[in-house]
Amino acid sequence: MLKKSAGSIRQRLNPRLLHEVALVPAIVVALIAGTIVNDAFLTQQNLINILQQSSELAILVIGETLILLTGKFDLSLESIVGVGPMIAGWLVTTKLTGGSGLRLNAYIAVAILFLVGMLVGAINGFLVARVKLNAFMVTLAMLILLRGVTVGLSNGRTMFDLPAPLVYLGSASWLAVPASVWIAGTLFLVVGFFLRYHSFGRAIYAVGGNPQAARASGIRVERVVWIVYIVGGALAALAGLLLTGRLDSVLSGQGQNMIFTVFAAAVIGGIRLNGGQGTMFGALTGVLLLGTISNILTLSQIPDFWINAAFGGIILAALLLAKFTSGASEE
Amino acid sequence: MALTSAPIVAATGVSKRFGPTEALRDVSLAVPVGETRALVGRNGAGKSTLVGILTGLVRPDGGDVRFLGRPAPPVTARERWRELVGCVYQRSTVIPTMTVGENIFLNAYPERRGGFLSWRAIRAEGRRLLDEWGIEADVDARASELPPGQRQLVEIVRALRLGSRFIILDEPTAQLEAAEIDLLFTHMRHLHDAGVSFLYISHHLDEIYEVCDSVTILRDGRVVLSAPVQGLGKEEIVHAMVGEAGVTRALAQAAPRSASSGVNRKPVLAVRDLAWQRWFSNINLDVYPGECVGLAGLAASGKSQLADAIIGLIKPDGGRVLLNGRAVPPGRVDRAIDYGLGYLPGDRQTQGFCPDLSVEENITMTVLDDLGLWRSIDYGRRGSRALALIDRMQVLVSTPQQRPVELSGGNQQKMVFGRAVASNPQALVLVSPTAGVDVASKRVLLEAITEAGTAVLLVSDELEELAICDRVIVMFAGSIVREFARGWQDPAMVGAMEGVGHRRH
Repeated sequence: MLKKSAGSIRQRLNPRLLHEVALVPAIVVALIAGTIVNDAFLTQQNLINILQQSSELAILVIGETLILLTGKFDLSLESIVGVGPMIAGWLVTTKLTGGSGLRLNAYIAVAILFLVGMLVGAINGFLVARVKLNAFMVTLAMLILLRGVTVGLSNGRTMFDLPAPLVYLGSASWLAVPASVWIAGTLFLVVGFFLRYHSFGRAIYAVGGNPQAARASGIRVERVVWIVYIVGGALAALAGLLLTGRLDSVLSGQGQNMIFTVFAAAVIGGIRLNGGQGTMFGALTGVLLLGTISNILTLSQIPDFWINAAFGGIILAALLLAKFTSGASEE
Repeated sequence: MALTSAPIVAATGVSKRFGPTEALRDVSLAVPVGETRALVGRNGAGKSTLVGILTGLVRPDGGDVRFLGRPAPPVTARERWRELVGCVYQRSTVIPTMTVGENIFLNAYPERRGGFLSWRAIRAEGRRLLDEWGIEADVDARASELPPGQRQLVEIVRALRLGSRFIILDEPTAQLEAAEIDLLFTHMRHLHDAGVSFLYISHHLDEIYEVCDSVTILRDGRVVLSAPVQGLGKEEIVHAMVGEAGVTRALAQAAPRSASSGVNRKPVLAVRDLAWQRWFSNINLDVYPGECVGLAGLAASGKSQLADAIIGLIKPDGGRVLLNGRAVPPGRVDRAIDYGLGYLPGDRQTQGFCPDLSVEENITMTVLDDLGLWRSIDYGRRGSRALALIDRMQVLVSTPQQRPVELSGGNQQKMVFGRAVASNPQALVLVSPTAGVDVASKRVLLEAITEAGTAVLLVSDELEELAICDRVIVMFAGSIVREFARGWQDPAMVGAMEGVGHRRH
């Protein structure tokens, strides 16, 4: 009896949990390194800065993680970050500032922004889950298509002079902390809780872990996949709204290349690309680690392209690490 | 009719076709409440299709399925099917990335409030069930960490937990150890006493006598016998499974092949003490020049894994494979071919050919290094090599550039066989070489085997294929259990494969 309980304690501390907190020491190391390297690093202002700049990325990572957990993925999330706000902005602004001149009510425009994200997710989900097209090609095509629409609507120019409802969330501060940080944090908590304690959350894991087994146990596999695509689209639209508020404008290339960082954060955070494994906490640590490193490199005035090279190296290191820590139990 | 007297499940006149093959033809089966019914039949007899229909995964073309006298729900109503019938499938439906506890309760969690689940209840309930079943696994361990036997038990626990009054077990013991099987049977008897009905599918006839009340035997998609187990001999069951075809074949195989004889021969292919995981151990066999040796056994016997280990697709844990006395480096298919082995894989679709390459490219794939100077490809030489092989195997193609997906199964298989003999091997390992091919192709293939002149190890459970062998070695549960000389009778062979007279482990 004693032996058994000792075994179960070891089991609980075993790879699963270790895997979860694997990045925490890495983040601590990064924080210490940042403090040593730069005096401006460990200030309240800079730390909040890191969080704010990571918040849009974080929300995209939540959406992508949900999709990755089912064993699929969505490249087009980053284009929703651009096209959602661009359509909303186009509908509300005057011709002078590059809009349509329709001057639509700004709250309706915000609703449309979310609808656009969900619609794109629904189309992706339909093509991937029902028509059974390859997720890579479908979402890559969607990415290219939406990127074109975004540039086309704005004629390649930045859209500005946006009404308050479109910029409020991305620029407001609540209790001295940016609203976008509150929103991203809350979403991590809610989605993480939902994934762990709701049967739909567990169904997402089951679909990614073994779709046939999930189907045999009564889970409607296609529907689950479809829904996570729609939720992913809505979250990408939210990320776009926050980014728009932070910049007080919509860039024609808004969101461009974000998807690489999204995948990097998810993979570093322990989300398995084949689905079925990984948690929101892990994904969050992935986001924070990348955000911290990127901040340190920027403070040290290292050019952007070196930062990209560093991210690439980190991804490779994380993949190897994950292989060696969990390799034995994978079949 | 009063509902209580209606059978727990009754299929009446059920039939099902898959393309040209008739999987089930006018099959009727009724299991009275509280009875444990065995369902037996050889591979391809229609058992899996029938299970699919009774679990609502396959829609029958005709006929009628009723549970306690009520018509079965439509195939789309998965929830209702799940309540009516619990099933442990042959293929694993454990989700390896989830915990043991979660797998037990998959999509039917305890204490659901608005879809939210209680991990405490999953742990406590899960632990209680694991204890009750005597499974020494941690509820929080990942299912991927469990040995296969325990995974299987987890599936059984899951199916039984849902409280269905009717449970289908599709070869549940294939991966279990003897103690685990006893455990399963104890639980089955408890549930049986509580009035639960079972449909029990097994290739192990002894088990049927141990836990079943009655038996239904399928052959070629039809029910040939339904009777109580008591008073039914094993021989009768085997005879019903095999049918009358057995006698004529025994005569056909009487003529011995031109196998070279003599006492001082050296084996071409020798296997010494080969072992791999729990699939097989301590395997010794010899194939002499010009000899065709059958390796018979059921899917769970480990015979396919043994074939994979001989050719090098699997790296065995121990033992050696020798070709003309030289040890082949384990786990190296390329070296095995160099040493003179040819291989025809059992699964044509996944291992046999590359569907997007031409027949010419596929058939010369094993001799890529031999088509031109310094491993370059001389297209002229490749073309003539391919044509020679296509002729030899009588592969029907419009042009060697045709893609194999356009060929019939029989012609595909002839092509794959051509690929195996392209390197002029000294020994051939063939796995189910005529499975799923038409009669004409079958004849061509069987002739090619007998006329190959090389040593052949023919791995199969098809009696027609085994009949051309000079002798047949039978594997059961990872060991060689018997050897037959030419002239065996079908029932004896089937019985040996089904493990008659062998309690496993």
